[in-house]
Amino acid sequence: MTTTDSGVDTLADVTSSEDRLRRFLLGLPGVDQVGAEARAATLSTRSIKTTAKAYALDLAIQMIDLTTLEGQDTPGKVRALCAKAKRPDPADATAPQVAAVCVYPDLVATAKYELKGTGINVASVATAFPSGRSSLAIKIQDTKDAVASGADEVDMVIDRGAFLSGRYGLVFDEILAIREAAGDAHLKVILETGELVTYDNVRRASWLAMLAGADFIKTSTGKVSPAATLPVTLVMLEAVRDYHEATGLHIGVKPAGGIRTAKDAIKYLVTVNETAGPDWLDPELFRFGASSLLNDLLMQRTKLATGHYPGPDYFTLD
Amino acid sequence: MPTKDSGRLEVRKTYKLYVGGAFPRSESGRSYVVNNAKGKFLANASQASRKDARDAVVAARKAFGGWSAKTAYNRGQILYRIAEVMEGRHEQFSAEVAASEGLSIAKARGVVDASIDRWVWYAGWADKIAQVVGSSNPVAGPYFDFSLPEATGVVAVLAPQESSLLGLTSVIAPAIVSGNTVVAVSSFERPLPAVTLGEVMATSDLPGGVVNILTGSATEIGPWLASHLDVNAIDLAGIDDLDEARELEAAAAENLKRVRRPADEDWAESPGLSRLTQYLELKTVWHPIGV
Repeated sequence: MTTTDSGVDTLADVTSSEDRLRRFLLGLPGVDQVGAEARAATLSTRSIKTTAKAYALDLAIQMIDLTTLEGQDTPGKVRALCAKAKRPDPADATAPQVAAVCVYPDLVATAKYELKGTGINVASVATAFPSGRSSLAIKIQDTKDAVASGADEVDMVIDRGAFLSGRYGLVFDEILAIREAAGDAHLKVILETGELVTYDNVRRASWLAMLAGADFIKTSTGKVSPAATLPVTLVMLEAVRDYHEATGLHIGVKPAGGIRTAKDAIKYLVTVNETAGPDWLDPELFRFGASSLLNDLLMQRTKLATGHYPGPDYFTLD
Repeated sequence: MPTKDSGRLEVRKTYKLYVGGAFPRSESGRSYVVNNAKGKFLANASQASRKDARDAVVAARKAFGGWSAKTAYNRGQILYRIAEVMEGRHEQFSAEVAASEGLSIAKARGVVDASIDRWVWYAGWADKIAQVVGSSNPVAGPYFDFSLPEATGVVAVLAPQESSLLGLTSVIAPAIVSGNTVVAVSSFERPLPAVTLGEVMATSDLPGGVVNILTGSATEIGPWLASHLDVNAIDLAGIDDLDEARELEAAAAENLKRVRRPADEDWAESPGLSRLTQYLELKTVWHPIGV
């Protein structure tokens, strides 16, 4: 993609007024839908074997935001999840730790306590997750709450209603406000691509979030179907790559929801490498929002190590 | 190519695997030539790989919960339904058995009859086996104590090499009637009746994944199934070499699979209950009696 004449100077300009922002976002080149899907399909046929596969499996484990976002979550469930985050495979100490544990704000303190000194981050969803339908004051308070409880990363949702009706300035200002409320915490902006309808909108929302100061752009809440898909992630990775070309900044990408098998995860890693580049093959810049994915990665890992197929009975339920 | 007499294009059949209720080709893309008993070309069949076996185990595990939770009566009805649908394909089965095993068409019909009858026989056992192998046990205390048979889980079946339909039926039916799910590797040289049996199952109310049929080599796929930790039992009927069977049994010991050793079996004989009871786990419950 050619991002028109968007050098560093122009990019600073585009956020100076809602009008300019809208003109910039609507001026982004359209996404070739068929091309993006075909490209993603081609990339997912790559065959990753033996040592490359072992590397990919371990990398994917290190990129997981081990997630539990259910109404029925309890401190006990979060403690169990943290134990799994620290030592994913009790039978194999060489299995790496995951990147972070992702929970609702009221369970952040529990997770933080369990993960003290492990290097594993605690991520919290905020801003009236998953719908985002609440006043800005409440969203800000929600974010401050999470950070005060010790969240290292905040996953916010954008106001899709405002975005789809073209009120980009409102969405932009909201991300800015949350960015400020989150302080030093890493800010992941959830676009909820399943509700954005078109790839063009995904590209616009990606740029909007990055311009507003997101550290990460994330596909989905996991509560809406379709959640993460490979073509959507591809479009977001292109946006991140182009933003890097324009500004020199590295923004992370996090597909979340619907990634359940090691095979899927490896497809994503291939796409990352081929789209944004090897810089992004790093837990600092690419994450999976997942829970059941971890067990499948561990089973594949065990298969490589022992030479026979393991069964789900030998791994913890999440 | 148009045939000589009618000028109509021939519609040739692709013989595929039966996994999870669908008919995929082998993941490996391989196929092999199947000859009839006289060595003449019959068809090309898919040659399943270890990854097909892995996928089949996943499908069988997924189907286990629903299948084993069905009432025994319902499972019996579904097995009976398989017999009904086979009856409608009698001619096709007879032709395939005759070609594969080198039998006269009359004898092949007899084999198909026997196979269908075997399904009916096992179907009848579905809601009776608990009464025969279950028990209420006398205990020294105020408890009602009883033992009930439950399904073992996923059963891998290496089907007999010689008896392509009756043998296959005789190893699959006793496993699924009690609620187990099956991954079966058909006879290598005579896979066609197995493929057709898969097509029958797909249209007999049998939920997808309860029976998965792979055509290919038991020697190639067997070790992967024997060492698979998500397989609970294995039937080695299709392994003729005793050393090979011993190795498979050793691999199966890793997760304490129930192993059925190969034996010289006459599939036409009445099968008895030994295969059926092999894939059962007895659960004993102590229930306090109110005073």
